[in-house]
Amino acid sequence: MDIPPDKLAWMYTTMYRIRRFEETMLEQTFKGKSMGVTHSSDGQEAGPTGICAHLTDKDWISSTHRGHGHCIAKGLDAKRMMAEIFGKATGQCKGKGGSMHIADFTKGMLGANAIVGAGIPLAVGAALTAKYKGYDSVGVAFFGDGANGQGVLHESMNLASVWKLPVVFACENNHYAEATPVEYAVAVGDIADRAQSYSMPGVTVDGMDAFAVYDAAGEAIARARRGEGPSLIELKTYRYHGHFHADEPHKYRSKEEEDSWHARDAIRNFETRVAEQALMSQDRLTAIRKEIDQEMLDAVEFAENSPMPHLDELYSDVYVSYSNPLQGLR
Amino acid sequence: MTTTEAPAAASHQPLGPGFDVPGRETTYRETFNRTLRDELNRDPDVFIMGEDIAGGAGRTDEEGKPLDAWGGPFAATKGLIQDFGPERIRDTPISEAGFLGAAVGAALTGTRPVVDLMYFDFVAVAFDQLLSNAAKSRYMFGGQTKVPITMFARSGGGTGHAAQHSSNFYSILAHIPGLKVVVPSDAYTVRGLLAAAIRDDDPVMVCNHKKLINTTGFVPDQSYTIDIGKGRLLREGKDVTIVGMSWTSPVCKNAAEQLAKEGIDAEVVDLLSVSPLDEEIFLDSVAKTNRIVIVDEDTPRASMASEVAAVVSEKAFDYLDAPIKRVTGPHTPMPYNRGLEAAFIPDEAAVAGTVKNLLNV
Repeated sequence: MDIPPDKLAWMYTTMYRIRRFEETMLEQTFKGKSMGVTHSSDGQEAGPTGICAHLTDKDWISSTHRGHGHCIAKGLDAKRMMAEIFGKATGQCKGKGGSMHIADFTKGMLGANAIVGAGIPLAVGAALTAKYKGYDSVGVAFFGDGANGQGVLHESMNLASVWKLPVVFACENNHYAEATPVEYAVAVGDIADRAQSYSMPGVTVDGMDAFAVYDAAGEAIARARRGEGPSLIELKTYRYHGHFHADEPHKYRSKEEEDSWHARDAIRNFETRVAEQALMSQDRLTAIRKEIDQEMLDAVEFAENSPMPHLDELYSDVYVSYSNPLQGLR
Repeated sequence: MTTTEAPAAASHQPLGPGFDVPGRETTYRETFNRTLRDELNRDPDVFIMGEDIAGGAGRTDEEGKPLDAWGGPFAATKGLIQDFGPERIRDTPISEAGFLGAAVGAALTGTRPVVDLMYFDFVAVAFDQLLSNAAKSRYMFGGQTKVPITMFARSGGGTGHAAQHSSNFYSILAHIPGLKVVVPSDAYTVRGLLAAAIRDDDPVMVCNHKKLINTTGFVPDQSYTIDIGKGRLLREGKDVTIVGMSWTSPVCKNAAEQLAKEGIDAEVVDLLSVSPLDEEIFLDSVAKTNRIVIVDEDTPRASMASEVAAVVSEKAFDYLDAPIKRVTGPHTPMPYNRGLEAAFIPDEAAVAGTVKNLLNV
């Protein structure tokens, strides 16, 4: 599939933005700036990028605890994401959600979801809204290999199939559910094979190759928009860091294994490809990196200088139409 | 109570049983169905989903209309698929977590799903979606969104449905911030509370006690809502306050009428909502009567009866002339045998007996 030049630039910008956001976020976490645990998705940039390249703000995605990449690919502002991780009032969720619950409903991002698998039916429901209201929108459910053990994934795939909903199931198989290797916990070699059980197309894609992801996602999303129902895409990928910031992955995986994935790095892969095919100039790539590097400095500065939420925020947003929830027994 | 869609010659009188407004005796079942129909007509974003809410999904009858083989569990949704079609009356596979999660996703993106969870016990199958997505999305996303979803299910014993189809654990749901839980006690209140739930922008669970479904009561003709979070007085009295909810509300009222014959003047509070909880109505009552008995068909530990007792002891301790008493089911699952089941469920005799012990008569 030919990728238009502005889309190519967007893809590079997005992957590099995810990478730098995760690196910066981890740095800040270790400086004590995050108020809780963070889960880095660096290494997995090609997946959300290649998929969200086909989406607009009118499409919806659901996400996971490892959701920063999905947020960025869906167009969220790095400043407000960083501020959320810092727990600040200017954060995407006013500092009330944190890293694991970043959402932006104006961008069709239905929220990072910290219960493994729990976000999946939300994308199915968004697709149901699309069908019910006659919208052109699609829903994309991002989830990991770990969610394959959750019943709600299978319920969601079956439901989407029998109702022929415009949804794409995007499984980011990063080969580890927390510290559990995929070959131990998942009964099939290729998770995409599970699509057969739900009468939908399933495809396994190199999740380190943004071009391959772009092609596969283009087909699945076009199929959804044509009203032909759901698809499953499995992205074979790798998280460069541990499950969460303080996890030491060398306790359960080898340096050699890590090196083999780093050798296939999605961003370097992309750079080589565009150079070989003269799709983007080195100057352009350098300019993008420079711009994003500055954006991350700005994001940290913004988060750092933002105010803490007012203590009244403890009580707000519980209900829409009930403004005086019990304020604790004090 | 808020009335809506008042007729041209609107009466200034309150709506409801005992007031001179147009209406008729109707079953709880028929009233529930009629309210769903009203709300489907009122708002095109409202649709219903659940297991066998039509029955025979995907098939047609002899006239070519969508089949309505079951009309829903307890005939709650009877006839709706033929009038509103299968997009709005949507039978689901048996996948409570999947379809409740999908309903939450649909609600987050601009529709107003109504979900039939069949038996109240099945809440447990879908619980993660209820707890982690429906109830928390608004708060954890900093108020960016709302989750206008209505769930309903049949609770309670008395029909031989045994341990896994007779639960009343609405206290577990009342415990969850972000969720509202209503417990109608007759045909009149289910209409107002169900309409309010469907129009509410927060997730609401409507608990229909199975023993109420075939009861009959006066229901006004015009559409109305009852404020979620407000209880009502079923009887005024001065000697003791008896608090009921769901099925136990009519039990309390009957017990109070028996007690009246013996010269005991009981006030009966019907909670109608367990979250939000109308504390004022029972605190005001106990300030007048100085005694309180709370009647709940749920198991006693951490129940709504316990919660009401805690609020009274904290906020009305000085008014109390006697210990707070709870009349609840025992700490057991619901038994099957009719005699055992009857012994589980608080009845008029248990309520009246507790009141008399409290008053030393």
